[in-house]
Amino acid sequence: MSVVMRAASDIERPPPRARGWPRTRIIGYALVCLWIVFGLGIVSYLFFAWNADFFAKYAPAYARGLGVTLSLVAISMVLGAILSVPVAYGRMSSNRILSGLAYCYVYFFRGTPLLVQTYLVYYGLGSFRVELQTIGLWDFFKDAFNCGVFAFSLNTAAYQAEILRGAIESVPKGQWEGAASLGLHRLQTLRKIILPQALIVALRPYGNELILLVKASAIVAIITVYDLMGNAKLAFANSFDIQAYIWVALVYLVMVEILRHGVEWIERRITIHLKR
Amino acid sequence: MRIALRIALAASAALLTLGVAQAQETTLRIGTEGAYPPFNNLTADGQLVGFDIDIAKALCDEMKVKCTFVAQDWDGIIPALQAGKFDAIVASMSITAERKEKVDFSNKYYNTPSAIAVPKDSTLKGVTKEDLAGKTIGVATTTTHFNYASKTYTDSTIKGYPSSPEEQADLANGRLDAIEDDIVVLQQFLDSPEGACCKILGQPSPQPVEIFGPGAGIAVRKGETDLVNKLNAAIDAIRANGKYKEINDKYFKFDVFGAES
Repeated sequence: MSVVMRAASDIERPPPRARGWPRTRIIGYALVCLWIVFGLGIVSYLFFAWNADFFAKYAPAYARGLGVTLSLVAISMVLGAILSVPVAYGRMSSNRILSGLAYCYVYFFRGTPLLVQTYLVYYGLGSFRVELQTIGLWDFFKDAFNCGVFAFSLNTAAYQAEILRGAIESVPKGQWEGAASLGLHRLQTLRKIILPQALIVALRPYGNELILLVKASAIVAIITVYDLMGNAKLAFANSFDIQAYIWVALVYLVMVEILRHGVEWIERRITIHLKR
Repeated sequence: MRIALRIALAASAALLTLGVAQAQETTLRIGTEGAYPPFNNLTADGQLVGFDIDIAKALCDEMKVKCTFVAQDWDGIIPALQAGKFDAIVASMSITAERKEKVDFSNKYYNTPSAIAVPKDSTLKGVTKEDLAGKTIGVATTTTHFNYASKTYTDSTIKGYPSSPEEQADLANGRLDAIEDDIVVLQQFLDSPEGACCKILGQPSPQPVEIFGPGAGIAVRKGETDLVNKLNAAIDAIRANGKYKEINDKYFKFDVFGAES
């Protein structure tokens, strides 16, 4: 294992700030203006379309839907994290069978759309009702929410396993060797030396995965789970008012923003020793 | 000066990218769903077929305009009309008061009742609120059937599906105790191999016109009275000249037009 040190002169520095009005800057400003106009457009639309009746009628449904979305994402994320450990272990294993199995698992769940997976679990397994009943699993798969959690957990486990594997492999091998020379057991090494360093690397990707999962959760509306999106669809079906979807977009935006800040806060906390 | 020119260029480029597609006047673009057999359905090779499609073609011939078809998910079909993706919806859309606030309708071009289907081994006796209390009923959302079920079967669990095939699949799977849909759509499902599981239990009664409306009409953007008048004249014409009956008999054993209004 060699850590390549580069001379200070090799370090690529950002180019000096351009002066005047080069084309890229004009395009940049124009695009930012465009976005501001869009943003103001939405705000003014909501201001003028403000409808107290709509709010009174559908806000409770949105709140219920938010609860469903949050519990779906939280349960799936945790189950996925647990499931990702053996998968990541398999991916890093030198055992051909184990690593092959883990590879296929990750390959399938990362290579197919979550929408397809959710459909397959809900409608696909639904057509094996008799078989599922004989092994006593039908009661679980009969419920749409369970199907959603099942599909989402399997899907996120594949992504989380890759995050975990990448993070662990990003820790230099010398750390393992050093720990071994001190007589530490491999599991001890992993827990006390490797994981604390790996999880710093993994934090951002985990945050991204969580954000993706929050947004992806909207697809459970098609398997009859009344999550946030499902309730927005119902509100739209009853009112034909497009603000049903604008509100739901704003709620997702706020959720993602909170998560993003949460991840940044955690990162600041756990990298305090790396800051100069 | 050069800066001002560049800014002007950038601004006009931005406007160009925002350019809106011009509505074509010469052809009538018709939006339909494509997941509601036998009224409208997408075949495996992507062709739109069904009663709605044939009626629309007959109306276009009658009005002497060229028609093109656009398949659009049911949920977004009214917004797509308003956004100008097409000019008329011929998709078995019931004429209801809520929809009339957003779009204008032609007169009805057919009217068939709502019905309830259940598994063949179901112990359900009837289709009243009491009969279905505590049961799970599947209905496609954004439909008159959904509005009726939500208002009537308040002691049952109503599950909303994106379109009819999904609700039918879940009835066959055994996740649902019953589904509510148009009787013709249900019959088509029951006649298919997948529908062998199930039977029609009955028709909810009464079927209030405030919920179900006078029947299925053709929706156009608000204020296009001219198009509505042309469509109404064309509907009357194909009813009178036998074209309607020809299409009707291709799909159904009875007259789906319902009572003359």
